[in-house]
Amino acid sequence: MSKLIELKGITKSFDGEVVLSDMNLYIRDREFVTLLGPSGCGKTTTLRLIGGFETPDTGDILFDGERINDVPAYKRQVNTVFQRYALFPHLNVFDNIAFALKRKVPKEEIRTRVDEMLDMVALRGFGHRNVNSLSGGQQQRVAIARALINRPRVLLLDEPLGALDLKLRKDMQFELKNIQQATGITFIYVTHDQEEALSMSDTIVVMQNGKIQQIGTPTDVYNEPKNAFVADFIGESNIVDGVMREDYKVFFDGRVFDCLDRGFDKNEPVDVVIRPEDVDVVPLDRGMLRGHVTKVTFKGVHYEIIVDVNGFMWMIQTTDYVGVDSDIGIYIEPDAIHIMKKSEFSGTIGDYSSFSDEMDEISNPDVELDEHGNVIDRLDSDGEPSEDEPDATEGGNDD
Amino acid sequence: MTDETVVAPARVRPSRKPAIVRAVTVAPHGLWCLLFILAPLVFVVYYTFTDPSGSFTMANLKEVFSPAYLTVLKRSVLLALESTAICLLLAYPLALAITRMKPRNQSLVILLLMLPMWINLLIRTYSLKLLLETNGPLNGFLGRLGIGPIGFLNSEFAIVLGMVYNYLPYMILPIYSVIAKIDPRLKEAAADLGCNGFQTTFRVVLPLSVSGIVSGITMVFVPSISTFFISKSLSDGRIRLIGDVIEQRISLHNAAAYEIGSALSFILMILIIVSMLITNRFGDNDGGVVV
Repeated sequence: MSKLIELKGITKSFDGEVVLSDMNLYIRDREFVTLLGPSGCGKTTTLRLIGGFETPDTGDILFDGERINDVPAYKRQVNTVFQRYALFPHLNVFDNIAFALKRKVPKEEIRTRVDEMLDMVALRGFGHRNVNSLSGGQQQRVAIARALINRPRVLLLDEPLGALDLKLRKDMQFELKNIQQATGITFIYVTHDQEEALSMSDTIVVMQNGKIQQIGTPTDVYNEPKNAFVADFIGESNIVDGVMREDYKVFFDGRVFDCLDRGFDKNEPVDVVIRPEDVDVVPLDRGMLRGHVTKVTFKGVHYEIIVDVNGFMWMIQTTDYVGVDSDIGIYIEPDAIHIMKKSEFSGTIGDYSSFSDEMDEISNPDVELDEHGNVIDRLDSDGEPSEDEPDATEGGNDD
Repeated sequence: MTDETVVAPARVRPSRKPAIVRAVTVAPHGLWCLLFILAPLVFVVYYTFTDPSGSFTMANLKEVFSPAYLTVLKRSVLLALESTAICLLLAYPLALAITRMKPRNQSLVILLLMLPMWINLLIRTYSLKLLLETNGPLNGFLGRLGIGPIGFLNSEFAIVLGMVYNYLPYMILPIYSVIAKIDPRLKEAAADLGCNGFQTTFRVVLPLSVSGIVSGITMVFVPSISTFFISKSLSDGRIRLIGDVIEQRISLHNAAAYEIGSALSFILMILIIVSMLITNRFGDNDGGVVV
């Protein structure tokens, strides 16, 4: 497969704030690539550079080997599914989808192609409907049909499922993947939802602080995270300070463990990643480590327990119930241990001492909380409050 | 009261005031409407359909439809349409250009546009008259170029110019505020789907700003068709519009003149209502003026 899009040494800043620094990335034809990262990591800016809505400060964007830095958006063979869809409110479903073809293609051809698109997104018979009367999921489908009708080489999707509820999101993930495979169009997909990225992508590009942290297949990124940030952002991780004694031998929490990693310097300090689902809870006498259970949460498939091991809080997922305040043994297989080089993120993440669902909300820069801890305003990446969030000071006070 | 008001007492808001309080707070507004909106309308209709003795007659309306008055009516409608059209053609590109400026410059330009409105309409119109006079500054400038002097005043041109000058801000502001509110992502979507800047303006911005255009048209057409001062001052009373005739009739202070004045006002009212009904059909009522 050939390189369809190439970003070379891209730097971009807004008002002196660096959003992308020296970014290099190529995307192959027919690939489903996901740009994954928290808000402000530069993923949307990357997408907008490819779409032609921003120009890089330095570096080149290549499309099929040709430099397209100065090619305006309307001349690029790239179409976009915008965050919150950006459907034209003055046009009905048919005219929204037909927008790119109007005055370029004969009327009958427009009709057949729009009908094809309506079939593809399962909206047959919706052509005459007002777009504002559609549900979020239906608007989403119209946006996809509108972007695909011109048969672009590349489809850019900017958090397309962010506004949908969980069930619908799962269905749409499946449908998007099918559409991508059926049409053979390259998809570049932006999301902050790691689960979405893992289940849909051929390749995941993990970004943070305007830099690519790791590029790889979903299994690579999950099983072999390159640094503490990736390990923490993709799935749950316990990230412990360790020292590589020699190949296949790592020291942490006061003892040496067998592992499958090699190639580090003798006694090199490292980050040790252990996934919560890879830890076995065993009777105290059989444990390699011992811990004190401080919190137990029932999650349906398993229990999620927070365990104090020598002052470091571990998250462990177990199907067997253990009581709060009990002491347990911890057993770790060699293949459950993953060793990473130290990075700028080391020591800042990976401990679950402050872990709770509320902390997730508080530490999410997209969510603003009022003094009672209620969500008052969900902010877009562009910093504007959304309209569909109920105003907390007004809600439910009328009698 | 719901449970929530108990849980969060800081949010309690008096939701229903006693009837007496509401009646008292609404009363001044009601009285105002009664005295200054409803009563004059009743009088206009009463004088239109009665003779000096107070009995019903259609004679007043018939007289208003005589050729002399019809000429004035026709001229009023025509000049109002002309000035509205010119305002629209000038205002739309300007409003569009303002929305493309930096936010700080936008408010500055809007302020500059509002500035003339702080000056009384009479003074603005007198100044325009001075500018246009045969020995005024404009003809002085043209004289240096070897043109003129041109008698700008006492012409329909002068009156239309006066209307456009006075009412242009009322066209710009509603159009500007509607365009400024259009989601920038819609313009990006249009570009993404193959529209250049010009096509984006015509296929997305223009159709989405119809409500602002409708408001602007209403706000310029209504005062233009009923003005009397602009025409009187810029033509020395020689070109009369429907407003001039009404003013002249009413100021005679006798019953017969009141009746003709009322009949003309009645016709004017109908014209305005019809024009607003037409424009409202094209607006989607958000940002538009509703009859």
